[in-house]
Formats: sequence, structure tokens, C-alpha cells
Amino acid sequence: MIGELGHFALILALVLSLVQAIVPMIGAHRNRISLMAVARPAAQGQLLFLVFAYACLTWAFITSDFSVRLAASHSHTATPLMYKITGVWGNHEGSLLLWAMTLSIWTVAVAIFSRNLPEAFMARVLGVLGWISAGFISFTLFTSNPFARLLPAVAEGRDLNPLLQDPGMIIHPPLLYMGYVGFSVAFAFAIAALLSGRMDAAWARWSRPWTTVAWVFLTAGIAVGSGWAYYELGWGGWWFWDPVENASFMPWLLGTALIHSLAVTEKRGAFRSWTIMLAIGAFSLSLLGTFLVRSGVITSVHAFAVDPARGLYILALLVLVIGISLVLFAWRAPKLAGGGSFDLVSRDSGLLANNVLLAVVTGSVLLGTLYPLFLDALNMGKISVGPPYFEATFVPLMIPVVILMVVAPFIRWKSDTIGRFGRKLAPAMIASVALGAGVAFAVGHVTWRTVLGLSLAAWVLIGSAQLLYTRLAERRGAVAAAKLRGIPAAWWGMWFAHLGIGIFIIGVTMIGSLEAQQDMRMRAGQTTQFAGYTFTFRGVVGVDGPNYEAARATLDVHRGERLITVLTPEKRHYVASQMPMTQVALHIRPLRDLYVSLGDQLEDGSWLVSLHLKPFVSWIWAGCILMGLGGIFAAADRRYRRLAERTLPAGSTSTQTS
Amino acid sequence: MRAEMLLRLSRATLLTLVLVGVASFLPAVQAADEATPVADDPVLEARVMDLSYKLRCLVCQNESIAESRAPLALDLRNQVREQFAAGKSEKDVVDFLVARYGDFVLYTPPFKATTVLLWIGPGLLLIAGAGWLLLRLRTRAREEGPHLTDAERARARALLEGAPADSEEQHS
Amino acid sequence: MKAKFLVPLVLFLALAGFLGYGLTLNPGVVPSPLVGKPAPDFRLAKLDTPEEQFGVADMRGQVWLLNVWASWCVSCRQEHPILVELNRGGVIPVIGLNYKDERKDALGYLRDHGNPYAVTVADPDGRVGIDYGVYGTPETFLIDREGMIRYKHIGPITRDTVKNVLLPKIAELSRAG
Repeated sequence: MIGELGHFALILALVLSLVQAIVPMIGAHRNRISLMAVARPAAQGQLLFLVFAYACLTWAFITSDFSVRLAASHSHTATPLMYKITGVWGNHEGSLLLWAMTLSIWTVAVAIFSRNLPEAFMARVLGVLGWISAGFISFTLFTSNPFARLLPAVAEGRDLNPLLQDPGMIIHPPLLYMGYVGFSVAFAFAIAALLSGRMDAAWARWSRPWTTVAWVFLTAGIAVGSGWAYYELGWGGWWFWDPVENASFMPWLLGTALIHSLAVTEKRGAFRSWTIMLAIGAFSLSLLGTFLVRSGVITSVHAFAVDPARGLYILALLVLVIGISLVLFAWRAPKLAGGGSFDLVSRDSGLLANNVLLAVVTGSVLLGTLYPLFLDALNMGKISVGPPYFEATFVPLMIPVVILMVVAPFIRWKSDTIGRFGRKLAPAMIASVALGAGVAFAVGHVTWRTVLGLSLAAWVLIGSAQLLYTRLAERRGAVAAAKLRGIPAAWWGMWFAHLGIGIFIIGVTMIGSLEAQQDMRMRAGQTTQFAGYTFTFRGVVGVDGPNYEAARATLDVHRGERLITVLTPEKRHYVASQMPMTQVALHIRPLRDLYVSLGDQLEDGSWLVSLHLKPFVSWIWAGCILMGLGGIFAAADRRYRRLAERTLPAGSTSTQTS
Repeated sequence: MRAEMLLRLSRATLLTLVLVGVASFLPAVQAADEATPVADDPVLEARVMDLSYKLRCLVCQNESIAESRAPLALDLRNQVREQFAAGKSEKDVVDFLVARYGDFVLYTPPFKATTVLLWIGPGLLLIAGAGWLLLRLRTRAREEGPHLTDAERARARALLEGAPADSEEQHS
Repeated sequence: MKAKFLVPLVLFLALAGFLGYGLTLNPGVVPSPLVGKPAPDFRLAKLDTPEEQFGVADMRGQVWLLNVWASWCVSCRQEHPILVELNRGGVIPVIGLNYKDERKDALGYLRDHGNPYAVTVADPDGRVGIDYGVYGTPETFLIDREGMIRYKHIGPITRDTVKNVLLPKIAELSRAG
């Protein structure tokens, strides 16, 4: 019964999404307020029904209602409650429902927080969001119904994939979807701008906070996914350039370009074509990611169950959404030209270069990801494009981006000379290379890769310090506290985010250069030396979890005489799915992780123990956290809300149509 | 007298024998406390794992043979180990596997006619992007900004001179 | 509408075309580089009489199928009846390569499901399998009179495959030489 109610709610949500898609757009076109006013209630009603549908599906999982096929395939009576709840999105159908619900939440948020925007514009924004929503809900209903029944019901479910029974995996999809869906808001703003012909600085100012928040979520989602892979998969890798990972990374890259381009459009009225194209691009790549994961076109550990029929539906969605937006762009593009001139050397040109560089990087990742498909389709053989390729192309392309990232805040808008800021930054440049080489020498790993990475990181750190100093020095006479308070939140946002990249680079360089591994056969009482620590194997005991049986090993870790920690890696065997899983034991410290995983027991009774040293790996996560923090500061800047209120007196309606 | 000497000698001999016995036993006891590495030759193993990360497991969903637990991955790792132990070079092993499984088994795509675009693509994109950028910046710099009327110019001056000391626009 | 602004649309539609076509492909199937090359030689013990050995050279002058199978392979069961038919019909000799299996399990399987093979050889450690680029069972190789591999089929053989691919190729190869 609950399943059917949920199904019915989903159908009603589809109807409302179509209403939201069609009616306000007509209203905006004809300038009929009554039609435009349908948008908000339609969005709110849609959210209600989607939340209800989602709740029904969650109920089926929680009560282990195995007459619902999805629950039977992805849950079990013995699964812990938390994983019953999160198992709802650990599959294709449920995750689509989560996508739709997330989109609805963002839509209502936009409807609520944008009361000061012109009615016609909002009608179009909500209308576009309605179309996207209709697309996803119809896809769910017609090809991937989460409420499909399994009759007769089975007595026991097949349990959630053990890989997903983990706190990291719980928040990774919701965070990612908040990011992807958030970019749909930027997209909707862009399309509304194209439709209305209004693409001025005010539009950019409205878009900025939404886009930045979406970017923060996507950053967090990718970082959590990466962290999860690190501690869950047993050998400490954190990025594999898997097609699905790339599918989340490409929107992030274009999203980064977008938030920078929006800044210029807001301040200088320039880059309007770029900003609109980037908004379309970021969302298109999100949709492309959805397609890649669910269509079976590429092989990936992340892929959901493969079904080309579903792939066709998503492809049709993709072609419609992107095709129409690109046609709209081509139509309005001549109008977008112009908007402020600036010199060859200026912050504006620096940011334009940033746009171009990030677009090139995204293009090269896309090339690598899809090339095997291209060759296969043209019958020219089957190849694999893996980490070695991406590392060889991505890293060199990012070097100019990082260099530019530090230089640009020192360049003046509109017109500047290389001499002026070059003189300021030359000492920092020299210091960075010296510091990078010096640290590489100090850790005893002088290779091109290490020196380059550390020099870049030093460049970011020294440059950031210098930027802060310069900024504080501007306000002569004021007290330090007043100076700090005088700096707007958006500036802090930039500062922290850029700093985060530097920290991130340190983590990546150090772990890539200095990580070490030792695989040992260990028996109770035996010790081994590794990374300056003494590991003593105390033996293995059998431990039972709620839905698994495990062999748990205990290892004492000493440094000299002092006991540092006791690690307990496990080898689990999940009963329902018959899947083996390793549970890594970690000792986390700022400068290094000790990472121990338990392997199989060998014939002579000893156990395979894998010891890893992961230097500076926490700096990778710290860098991501700083980036996210930066984004939050930037989005929270009060100037957006004040200016939005000032620019448009409440209740005004734009008379601009078409 | 002789019996006493005999007793002392036999005690000393016994003690020596015991001590020697214990002493010879001691190193073995110490060795039993230290764990042994899984691989017989850690240097060889490092080479094997290094190459294994660059080879694709054909039955897996995009994993290398270093990471995968599939039987085929283990078999291929063993092949790599055997060949390295027999003195083959990395290129030899790679050629061996490509001859049997095709280019698909390599995570680094080979540089051949069909992959030229893949390898020079990023570079081409960069050159194209940089070229477009320079062209665009040159034309834009030549564009003239809007001309101000005298009234507008006076108004601008009044606004600028009346504004507070810190210019927000310059820094944010 | 200036033409240059339509470039992104055109590029995108081309991409969508590739993606659409990609839906009809199977990214997991790895084509064999051995087609058109000599079948790697082997000399393995027969499954039922381990004292005797059998190799590629023994099939010189004949057109034959090499079928890689195992008792633990579930998909092999799907094609097994078809192989039995091929054998009984005298269409083409089928040699079995028992891949990474236990002798008694393999013999038991042939006893229970019928034996379509003229000869079966055992490859318990999978070395010959690697030589043939085997990555998953079942796989079937069509080998001609000179010992050259002419066709590799990955996955269970279906009646369609027999009718549309194998029989024509066998006829063609039997006529030559």
C-alpha cells in the first residue's frame, strides 16, 4: 500500500513539474502575472509529493518490505538501521528519486530566497527547473520505477553492497547530487537570461551565491568520495581517473571557471558569453555524468546496473536540454558581445586566461575519458586510458593555472603592466623554487615531480601570505582588528580557497613521492620494523557484526619503547551477499597516516599483513576543506543580499520580454 | 682425588655443552620473533607491483592487476613476476601481454596512428586556446571604451572624490 | 545567427551521436589480437588419459574449434548442448581446453552433461589460457588447416552464431586447400 502511495505521489509530482515547466514560461512570454505566479506553488507542491514518495520508499526499506523489489535487492533484515535508510540511494532507482528530490529542494530554495528578483525572470528560472525535473521524474517513472513490486515477496533481501555500508558512502551521493543539482540552478539562470535577453551585471550577481554553494557541495562530495576510496579499498589509493570519477571532476573544473567568470561579469559586465557557456557546460557535464554511470557505455566500478534502454532515455534528455540551450545561445550570442574593454595585461585578461585554461583542462579530461568509446565506435580497436595518461596530461596543464591563480589577485583591473606586479612577485617566485627544492632535498626525494609540486605549493603559500600582507597594508593607520574586519567575506573566500589548493598540492606531492609499503607474513608474537615503528602482531580473533562475520587482527605499534597505538584491521565476510571486505586500520596524524590492512591467512597459519606509510595524506583532505570553507565565505558575503535588495525595489516586475 | 677431578671435569663439560647448546639455539629464537616479508624478493616484488599498476585487469570493472583480487589478475601478476625473475625487461613483459590481449591491457595508451589525437589533443587544445586568447585580447585592447560626455566626466569625478579611502572595487 | 556560434551545437551533436552508437557496443568485450596469427602451440595432458599428450600439431590439416571451458563456469552450461550437437552432427571437431579446473570436477561435468569434445586437454594453471589471451570462459577459437586462428568467439556460442558465423566460415575454410 505504502509503495503504491509513493508511486502515486511520484506521478503527481510529474504532473506538477510539467505545470511548473510550461505555465510560467508562457506567462513570462506573454507577461501575464497570473500564469507566472503558478511557478512557486507548483514548485512547493512538487517538493511535497517528492518528499512523500521518498519517505514511502524509505519506509519500505526500514520495515524490510521485500515485496518492493528495490528493498529486496538492496536491503536485509539484519542490515543496521542507518544502512537501511541510506540503502535507499545505494542503487539506480532510489538514487534517481534522491536526485529529483534534491532538485526540488533547490527549486523551492530558489523560489523562497529570490523574492526580490523580477517576476518574469523568476518564472523562467523556475520554468527551466521544472523542465529538468519533469525529465528526471519521467525517466524514473517510465524506466526505473523504484516502487516496482516483487510478487511473491521473498523472505529475505540480498543486502546492500558491503562497499556502501560505510559512513563515508552515506554522505557522498547526497553531497554530489546537491552539487550537480546546484549547477542546474546556474544553468536555469543562464537559460532565463538567454530567453529574456537580459544578461547584465545584476543577473550575474543573483547567480553567484547559488553557483558558489553548488560548487562547495560538489567539492565536498568529490573529497568525501576520494577519502572513502582511500580508507575503504584497502591499498590507500585516493584517485583513479575512473570514468565516473572524471564525470564528477569535469563539472567541478568548469564550475570553478564559472564562479570566476561570474565574478567578472558582475564587476565588469564582461565575459557574458563565457559565463553563459560555462553555466551550460557545467550542467551538461553533470548530465553527461549521469548518462555515463547508468547507460553501460563505459566500464567502471561506480556504474549502476547496465541498461542501454535507460541510457537511450538519458541521452534523449541530454540532447534535448543541451541542444536547446546551445541553440538559444547561438541565437542570443551576438547580443552578448561587448562589455568593457581591457588591456592585454590586466586582471580581466588574467581571468579570461583562467577560463580558457580550465576549459582546456576539462577538454583534455573529456578526451581521455571518451576516447576509448570513440575508437570502439569507429571500429579502430579497443584501448584503455588510465591514470598514466591523465597524470601525464592533467598535471602539466594545471601548472599555468596554479601560477596564474597566485598572480592574478595582484594585477589591476582593466590595465596594468607586467613590470609593476612582476617586481612585487619576483622575490616570491625565487623563494618558492628555492623552498621547493630545499624541502625536496630535506626529505631525500629530489625528483622533477617532487621539486615541481613543492615549488608550486610554496608559490601558493608565499603568494597568499604576501597577498594578505598587501591587503592589510592598504589601510594605513587603522587598527589590525579593524583592518581584518574591513576585508569583505568574499575576499576571505578567495584567499582560503586558493590557500586550500596549495595545501592540497603539498599533500598530493608528498604522498606520491614518499609513500611506502611493506607486505609481511605475520604470526602471533612476531614483530616487524617499518617506517621507524615496531609493529607487533598479537593474533586474530573472530568477531561477529550485525550482518557479517569478521577476522580481527590486533597490532601494537611502538616507537622505541613508547606504545603509539593499537590497530585492529579486519577481514569481513558479509553473510547475505557473500562478499569479502577489508576494513583498514588507520592511525591518523597531521604529518602521516599509518595504514594497515589484513589479508588472507596462509597455509602455514600466518597472516598476510600489509603495512603502508602515507605521508601528508591528511593535507589532501585539509586542502579540500579549506576550498569548501572559502566557497562558504564567498557565498555568505552580505553584499549579495544587500545589493540585490538595493538594485530591485520589492515588487517590481521587469517589463523586458523576449 | 681422581674421582673429584673427574666429577669437576664432567660438570664443566656438561655446563659447556649446555651453554653451547643454548647459544646455538638463541639466534633461531630471535629470528622467529621477526616477521618475514610475503615476497621472497622485495626488490623484485616492487618492480612487479610497479608494472602491475599500469596493466588493466580484463575481467574487472576498471581495476589494475595490482589492485584486483580476480584469479586472472593473480595469474597475470605471477606471469609478470616470473618473467622479471627470468631477466626480461619491462618492455618484454608488456609486449608479451599486448601480443595476447591487445592494447586494452595497457593503462597507458600506446602511441600509434589511432591514438595520435589522444596524445597530442591536450597540447593542441592548449595551443588553440592560447592562440584564441591572444587574438581576442589584441582586438579587445584595440576596441575603444565608451566615450564620456563632459557632464558624465564631471559626475564621475565628484563621485570618486567623495568616496571613502579604501577602494573596494580594486581588491575584491 | 552567425555560423560560428553554432559550432558548439554541432560538436555536441557529434558527441551525442557517438554516445548513442556507444549504447550498442559492449565495452567489456576485448577483441583478440591473435586472429589471423598462428595458434599458440601447446602440448598438454589429456583429461581422461593423463599419460597421453595432445597438441595443436595433432590437428594439422583439419579445420577445428578450440573451446575453453571449466566445470565452475556457469555460462558454459548454456552453450554445452550446442557443442554436443556440433559434435554429434560431425560438423567440426571440437577440442576442449579445460581451464583452471580440477580433473575430477571436469570429468564429473562431462559425465553429467555429455561430452562434446573429440579430445579434452587440461590446463590447470591457466598458462595456455594466457597464451591464447583467455580472460573469461567460455571462449572459442576457430582454427584452420594450417593452424591459424581465424575467429574468436567470446561468451557462450548461440545457435545464431553457429548459423550466421561459424558454419559459413567453416565452409569457406574447408574449401580452401
